[in-house]
Amino acid sequence: MALVDEVTASNSALRRFLHGLPGVDQVGADGRAAMLSTRSIKTSAKEQAIDLAISMVDLTTLEGMDTPGKVRAMCAKALRPDPSSAGVPHVAAVCVYGDMAGIAREAVGDVLHVAAVATAFPSGRASLNVKLQDTRDAVLAGADEIDMVIDRGAFLAGRYLEVFEEIVAVKQACGSAHLKVIFETGELRTYDNVRRASWLAMLAGADFIKTSTGKVSPAATLPVTLILLEAVRDWHRQTGSLVGVKPAGGIRTAKDAIRYLVLVNETCGPTWLTPDLFRFGASSLLNDLLLQRQRMATGHYSGPDYVTID
Amino acid sequence: MTFEYAPAPESRAVVDIASHYGLFIDGQFTDPIDGGAFKTINPATEEVLAEISDAGSADVDRAVAAARSAYKSTWSKMPGRERAKYLYRLARLIQERSRELAVLETLDNGKPIRESRDVDVPLAAAHFFYHAGWADKLEYAGLGPRPRAYGVAGQIIPWNFPLLMLAWKVAPALATGNTVVLKPAETTPLTALAFADICQQADLPPGVVNIVTGGPATGRLVSEHPDVDKVAFTGSTEVGKQIQRAVAGTGKGLTLELGGKAANIVFDDAPLDEAVEGIVNGIFFNQGHVCCAGSRLLVQESVADEVLDALKRRLTTLRLGDPMDKNTDIGAINSREQRERIDELVKSGDAEGADRWSSPCAIPEKGWWYPPTVFTGVTQAHRIAREEIFGPVLSVLTFRTPDEALEKANNSPYGLSAGIWTEKGSRILWMASRLRAGVVWANTFNRFDPASPFGGYKESGFGREGGRQGLAAYLKSGGH
Repeated sequence: MALVDEVTASNSALRRFLHGLPGVDQVGADGRAAMLSTRSIKTSAKEQAIDLAISMVDLTTLEGMDTPGKVRAMCAKALRPDPSSAGVPHVAAVCVYGDMAGIAREAVGDVLHVAAVATAFPSGRASLNVKLQDTRDAVLAGADEIDMVIDRGAFLAGRYLEVFEEIVAVKQACGSAHLKVIFETGELRTYDNVRRASWLAMLAGADFIKTSTGKVSPAATLPVTLILLEAVRDWHRQTGSLVGVKPAGGIRTAKDAIRYLVLVNETCGPTWLTPDLFRFGASSLLNDLLLQRQRMATGHYSGPDYVTID
Repeated sequence: MTFEYAPAPESRAVVDIASHYGLFIDGQFTDPIDGGAFKTINPATEEVLAEISDAGSADVDRAVAAARSAYKSTWSKMPGRERAKYLYRLARLIQERSRELAVLETLDNGKPIRESRDVDVPLAAAHFFYHAGWADKLEYAGLGPRPRAYGVAGQIIPWNFPLLMLAWKVAPALATGNTVVLKPAETTPLTALAFADICQQADLPPGVVNIVTGGPATGRLVSEHPDVDKVAFTGSTEVGKQIQRAVAGTGKGLTLELGGKAANIVFDDAPLDEAVEGIVNGIFFNQGHVCCAGSRLLVQESVADEVLDALKRRLTTLRLGDPMDKNTDIGAINSREQRERIDELVKSGDAEGADRWSSPCAIPEKGWWYPPTVFTGVTQAHRIAREEIFGPVLSVLTFRTPDEALEKANNSPYGLSAGIWTEKGSRILWMASRLRAGVVWANTFNRFDPASPFGGYKESGFGREGGRQGLAAYLKSGGH
């Protein structure tokens, strides 16, 4: 693309482009997200939103204590979230560390996507070679989605071209696997940085842009997700291509998830209301969605022992 | 996939609207002496909500006499710290009854429940809390050692923020030791009458607050009453001028908060997404029935197309309809008359050659509505750039340099408010110190706080409401 070639010709060209993006007024962005979170989603709209949210979950386990057994159990849950109720959609993907990608693929077959975190997740502090090998390993093991982290140190130091080139290289290492680029917005701190990181990742070929690893607080927030959504909306308007958004970390309740869907609906429009373009990175969210779904179906709350813990 | 929000109506069961309301005089509801009445209707459905008493001359006499007597016998003798207790009590009762007040406001006015719930009622309570704190500290307000109340304040308020405007008027008047005769707007009396009930509930001494409902004739009786010491009016510039003429030479205190035609100025280095939200909030908040509405958008030519495209896209997501639905953004126009006034000015825009664009939203069959509308190609000479439309209609003008923006912004008989959108702090300060407007917002719009003085320049009136400066409107300095 001409735009990409032009603005990534040098670090200073890229810097000029990113710093030429309109600024984000923090008070205004927070206010917009807060206003949208007052939307009242009830009855049929809530039923629709809960099923949509379930189908958008990247069911995640990213722990040092992960084992094949744990991953297999999670995959079973991902395929069939609520054994007691027919008609519950399966989630979008399972998200695991690279060494578990093979186990996960075996468990979910080709029904679900397998996302693997790579590139020295979560800190990203390793050489490019290690990051690329990490990516290739995961793809080879069966991951069809790679969740990479950007080098926040380089980004904050203003070495934007280095970050750009790293994303380009990882994207190449992904082959046909989709690339999600994690910014760790809790470390970038300002909304201006979040906007710049979003455009940087899209220029480098990201299929999805993602807020957080879940290992740093604050993780996903509504206003940060709003900035990402504005970026993919404007990128689409400018280039015609569609990039997805994935808030991750800290989204635990159905109510939270519905607020995110409202944000998507009123920022990007219905085009983005699909698992192909919007995901939730979450572990405990799914059970609350299921509890709310049961409540909508039966008219009463069943309680935490009526959803499975995997 | 499309995501349709199911109807989410607020329950009407929290309010109990009587079929008939009397006048609130000397702590009691009482029928008017000549028995006149009019009806208040729900502008979203045209349903009659209640029959309201029309106060005549003898009723206003009674109300002013009750206010005078309460001033003499109790309120002027009561220490500030005791008055404060009543104000705190009123504030708490407004909070406790917030849901009821929000529903009443939305039914009577047509504004979305989201706004009455999240803006009008909380701000009304905040005004009472803020002024309660001042009641025993007036010596430190910078008005001299022993500032004195006027006595009886006659207050006339508009229909656009019925309860909030009541709070802006009543809270400072009571805090400073005045008693009140308040006339709410003819089309929106219900929350003022609920406030009368709150005054009873708070055991406010009889006569400290009197509420006389009626039309313009009643308003005239209040403002021209010989025993009223101070007149405070919020409303149209035309009526404000009439009041000022009537008050001239009488020695009465007067503050006027009148119309506006605010410039909302967007520079090319503005935070554009938030600026678009600010433009929307500036002119489409409360259906544009806002005296300080950002009704003139001045946008720098180099970003004009980008801003207008984004604005139009954003406007198509506004949800117009049932004001009681919690997801409604644009409610009903308050009255048929107002709907006709908006329409007349919009037609003048068409006739004078501006380009009209309206959001393609479905308009309900009953009630009075107006779709969010944007005029481009507007010049300073167009009526829609000079006259207050008081509806959801935005006039867009462009500029090239900061000087030109300033010149165009100030080139208006009004001077109530202005907005500046830029990421450059020095430009905000440069503009703010040169704009002839009582309120200047930077990177936001239509934000209100009881601690911040509000009021106009030029034909937008004089006197301030809120803050330390607002107290001066109800106090004579100690030297007098």
